Amino acid sequence: MTPLLSVQGITKLYGHHIGCKDVGFDLYPGEVMGIVGESGSGKSTLLNCMAGHLTPDAGAVVFDTRTDGPRDTVTMSEPERRMLLRTDWAFVHQHARDGLRMGVSAGGNVGERLMAVGERHYGDIRAKATDWLGRVEIDATRVDDRPATFSGGMQQRLQIARNLVTGPRLVFMDEPTGGLDVSVQARLLDLLRGLVRDMGLSAIIVTHDLAVVRLLADRLMVMKDGHVVEAGLTDQVLDDPQHAYSQLLVSSVLQV
Amino acid sequence: MSEYNFAYLDEQTKRMIRRAILKGLAIPGYQVPFASREMPMPYGWGTGGVQVSAAVMTPDDRFKVIDQGADDTTNAVSIRTFFERTAGVATTTTTSDATVIQTRHRIPEEPLSEGQILVYQVPIPEPLRFLEPRESETRKMHSLEEYGLMHVKLYEDISRHGHIATSYDYPVKVEGRYVMDPSPIPKFDNPKLGNVAAIQLFGAGREQRIYALPPYTQVVSLDFEDHPFEASKPDHPCVMCGAENSYLDEVITDDTGGRMFVCSDTDFCEARQAAGHIGTMNGKDAA
Ligand SMILES: Nc1ncnc2c1ncn2[C@@H]1O[C@H](COP(=O)(O)OP(=O)(O)O)[C@@H](O)[C@H]1O
Ligand SMILES: [Mg+2]
Ligand SMILES: [Zn+2]
Repeated sequence: MTPLLSVQGITKLYGHHIGCKDVGFDLYPGEVMGIVGESGSGKSTLLNCMAGHLTPDAGAVVFDTRTDGPRDTVTMSEPERRMLLRTDWAFVHQHARDGLRMGVSAGGNVGERLMAVGERHYGDIRAKATDWLGRVEIDATRVDDRPATFSGGMQQRLQIARNLVTGPRLVFMDEPTGGLDVSVQARLLDLLRGLVRDMGLSAIIVTHDLAVVRLLADRLMVMKDGHVVEAGLTDQVLDDPQHAYSQLLVSSVLQV
Repeated sequence: MSEYNFAYLDEQTKRMIRRAILKGLAIPGYQVPFASREMPMPYGWGTGGVQVSAAVMTPDDRFKVIDQGADDTTNAVSIRTFFERTAGVATTTTTSDATVIQTRHRIPEEPLSEGQILVYQVPIPEPLRFLEPRESETRKMHSLEEYGLMHVKLYEDISRHGHIATSYDYPVKVEGRYVMDPSPIPKFDNPKLGNVAAIQLFGAGREQRIYALPPYTQVVSLDFEDHPFEASKPDHPCVMCGAENSYLDEVITDDTGGRMFVCSDTDFCEARQAAGHIGTMNGKDAA
């Protein structure tokens, strides 16, 4: 089977400082990959390199495109990459404000990707937006309200709806539950798990919260100082960590 | 007049502006950056339009200035006087007699002909500005034809008002490629942008942009399938000339809510009256 995404030797330096170094893995359709590690370990750098927000200094990010099969997205033209970003790829930011248009209604936020790919029927766009608000447990009566009037948890759910409405084949998420209250986190996690299962989403989720990957990720990579120190099936890594750093990470969480 | 070069700007500057205009004509709807000059009038008084007019003007031209359809507002008079003084060109208020027409907020009712140039004063040339303030990003969106945001703006309009309430500055797509801001003309004028015999030039002074529509360019107003574009106007005839299909200004006649509708295009209205078309109010006045 062709991997949906094949990440090969990704390295990103900030001057002499290592952002991430020589990271590689394959992601197969329907798989969720978790990337964990403490703050500063290079998770976001790696994610942004994969998602086309940063240009890596070395390496390839090969995506199995609909039309041309596997293509290195690092070297493809910017128009092609931006097209991927608004069709087959989706990116959920840690801070909902970074991923939403705060001056646009909830319906407009969800509808934007539909309009970006050429939908021109207002009634259809609105119906799809309303349907998606329901799927992320936002009341349909809020469709014309701006996200500024939403709670943090609602904003994050709106950002997810906005990303998933066009049925992307690959979703990148950077700390999707970060910065939210614990009870709100639990609800969001539940929702995400449901969506991942129902839609058979392929996703790469970066988090420092092991509970998130325990619930969502099939496989796990543990990062430290920009390097992957351990990778494997989620349960295996969490229940029987091999690397000393992974053991520390798991045990410190168990204490919480 | 002798202290100035013809039409105020020096020849070097005019050449620079003409290059921008030619590039604009070659890529209809594309915003060409140009080095806008200080003009002896404040921005907002149409310095972009004035520079474009100066660059295209020849001693043989007949110049007309319209401001919201009228030739006699302070703004229109001052720009007309400026070119009378600095270029010594003939001026006119008759649309069909003019060779260069500078305008703010209107397109003349009378169809333009080949050989005429219509110069628009533009305050904000970037149609995507409303939703994307970053210039670097809007430039990329134009170059990659990422125009979904324009429809987000129209979507918001419908969700808030039940219909597309944008009535000025209504965005258009040019030759199926660039989305363009037609300047704050009423959307009633949008159909007059396309397939026109005259050259249309747009100048934004403060924002330092020029864009253009060569003759007979295809210009389409953006819309939704279930909310098609409509070139609406107040549903009344002009009380002065009886015109049914011209854009009307609403004039308040007293402080008890009395109002009437008059052609916004003064020259058009006067020409119709001179030709014997009389509106309801006009008859009473004459009596
Ligand atoms: N723009 C940047 N310039 C310089 N160093 C950076 C930049 N972004 C991140 N870094 C550094 O790279 C390392 C990895 O950062 P990051 O990818 O944000 O880690 P994480 O997401 O795991 O917290 C850190 O040491 C961080 O300080
Ligand atoms: Mg991070
Ligand atoms: Zn009239």
